[in-house]
Amino acid sequence: MIIYVPGDSAAVSVGADEVAAAIALLAPAATIVRNGSRGALWLETLVEIQTPNGRIAYGPVTPEDVASLFAADFLNGGMHPLALGKTDQIKWLANQDRVTFARVGIIDPLSISDYCAHGGLLGLTQALELSSEELISEVTESGLRGRGGAGFPAGIKWRTVAQTASAEKYICCNADEGDSGTFADRMLIEGDPFTLIEGMTIAGIAVGATKGIVYLRSEYPYAIATLQKAIDSARVNNWLGASVLGSAHSFDIQIRVGAGSYVCGEETAMLESIEGKRGVVRAKPPLPAVEGLFGQPTVINNVLTLSTVPMILADGAAAYKARGVGRSLGTQVFQLAGNIARGGIVETAFGIPLKELINTYGDGTLTKRPVRAVQIGGPLGAYFSTEQFETSMDYESLIAAGGMLGHGGIVVFDDTVDLAVQAKFAMEFCAIESCGKCTPCRIGSTRGAETIDLIIKGVRIDENKKLLLDLCEVMTDGSLCAMGGLTPLPVKSAMINFPSDFNGVQK
Amino acid sequence: MLLLATLREEKGPVLMALQLIQKEFGYVDPACVELIANFFNKSRAEVHGVLTFYHDLRTTPPAEHQISICVAEACQAVGARSLEKEVKAKFGDETKDAYCFGNCALGPAAMVDGKIIGRATLAKIEKARQ
Repeated sequence: MIIYVPGDSAAVSVGADEVAAAIALLAPAATIVRNGSRGALWLETLVEIQTPNGRIAYGPVTPEDVASLFAADFLNGGMHPLALGKTDQIKWLANQDRVTFARVGIIDPLSISDYCAHGGLLGLTQALELSSEELISEVTESGLRGRGGAGFPAGIKWRTVAQTASAEKYICCNADEGDSGTFADRMLIEGDPFTLIEGMTIAGIAVGATKGIVYLRSEYPYAIATLQKAIDSARVNNWLGASVLGSAHSFDIQIRVGAGSYVCGEETAMLESIEGKRGVVRAKPPLPAVEGLFGQPTVINNVLTLSTVPMILADGAAAYKARGVGRSLGTQVFQLAGNIARGGIVETAFGIPLKELINTYGDGTLTKRPVRAVQIGGPLGAYFSTEQFETSMDYESLIAAGGMLGHGGIVVFDDTVDLAVQAKFAMEFCAIESCGKCTPCRIGSTRGAETIDLIIKGVRIDENKKLLLDLCEVMTDGSLCAMGGLTPLPVKSAMINFPSDFNGVQK
Repeated sequence: MLLLATLREEKGPVLMALQLIQKEFGYVDPACVELIANFFNKSRAEVHGVLTFYHDLRTTPPAEHQISICVAEACQAVGARSLEKEVKAKFGDETKDAYCFGNCALGPAAMVDGKIIGRATLAKIEKARQ
């Protein structure tokens, strides 16, 4: 008897450890697998039972529910108010198109045999058959773009590093997932860490790098622990080391833990931080692909970008790029967050309307009040109003609508939100997290927060609004990186889409 | 010194050294700055700069319990600000603001002595603190 109780930290945050302990007490002979989360976080703790006809689910289970589940004989599929039927037929999950997240929630995250039984290593095995040029062409051909937010074509970045001659090159995985409303990197690392290891190894083989570094934020202690165990296990099995899978390629991975700085998610600040310095942004050029970590050519990709590479190689570039719209090809792992009834991971092809994510998947707000605002793409992303709900969720459409996709996080607010307060927070956050290198970001953010405060208090509103827009222009055009450069995005979108919140009347 | 010696082979070891010292002692005594600088052949200014840049690093001993409340947007949308006020009123110096634990669909989120809490309330935080 196999019982799945997620060990994902979101599930743990609502009692999964206690649920697992209570089940273990009443079913001592059963094997309890701590899988990743299926992504339907509103159903956590989602307990699954392996039956001859597939996995059946119960959720959301609290520790207090366990006794009644046993009374209902749930181990044999007994009826219970929390019964959800077959897991893969839960509509919320069945309608998704899981590529990057294909294994998350299904396998035991640290089981080598589970990983291989579900298509693990197929991508790496394929990669070892190809030349560097063929490998990079395949990734380029798939249309895969940087999932961290910038959306830069992964294959082109890899080619630059491959073509830059150097005895030492690095693959840096950016796992400093600091954007509020995003948790896909964390869930992938906790739920299927070998995929990231495989993706980084493929990148190393493609560009001729032998060292990989995962910059993982300290706020993710569970992910750090899981990834470290996976790396250790990969070394023991020769997936990492001097001879990857017995080939002539050498590759190894080290975790570097962040120290609570948001700006270190910016790629050059991240490099400084990995070098042990203050996380101060570097001016570009030189591009990190030419002169990156310790001055060497460096591939910097997000967790999701690297973790999609094994699937692209296993199934072919054509299968991946058959999904999506325009220049946004493949799938995006959307994250539904904030005040939302059914939050979690929705992986689907680019081009899904915002409305479908919020209403169909999300089922509106948790508080059951009307949705008023949606912030897309993290703290530096725009606030959208419900009038923009038809927007297609892809890189280009979101830019055309005055926003950006970012890392795919969507934060929902109900009608009690005050967008002037949110705009002020955007500036305050920038003031706290600015690395301090450039003036528009360092000083502008503080002045911006002060100016919005005056607007909120009703002081010379028109004059201060004009001043604020002027300041936003300076920050957008004059900042070194996206921290100062994009902070005006939430501010201006709030002013444009929610003008009634900027008239000096406090909610 | 023995602690620092474990990092001798690392490239760019200063941040790791500070993190290691904090893990061992709970904080980084400013007296360590010179020690680390000498050991890794850096200037005191460089080490001090790193120590004061990162939110995680502290130069005074921590309280017995550590409570972090996420006050980023997704948690704000589900009442993090009022939770923050309640928790600060009760536990004062033990409480600090944090920005995102990646638990944004089950907010408000908090971390108490390293344990993650979703749909956090004052009662849940009190229980986890025991």
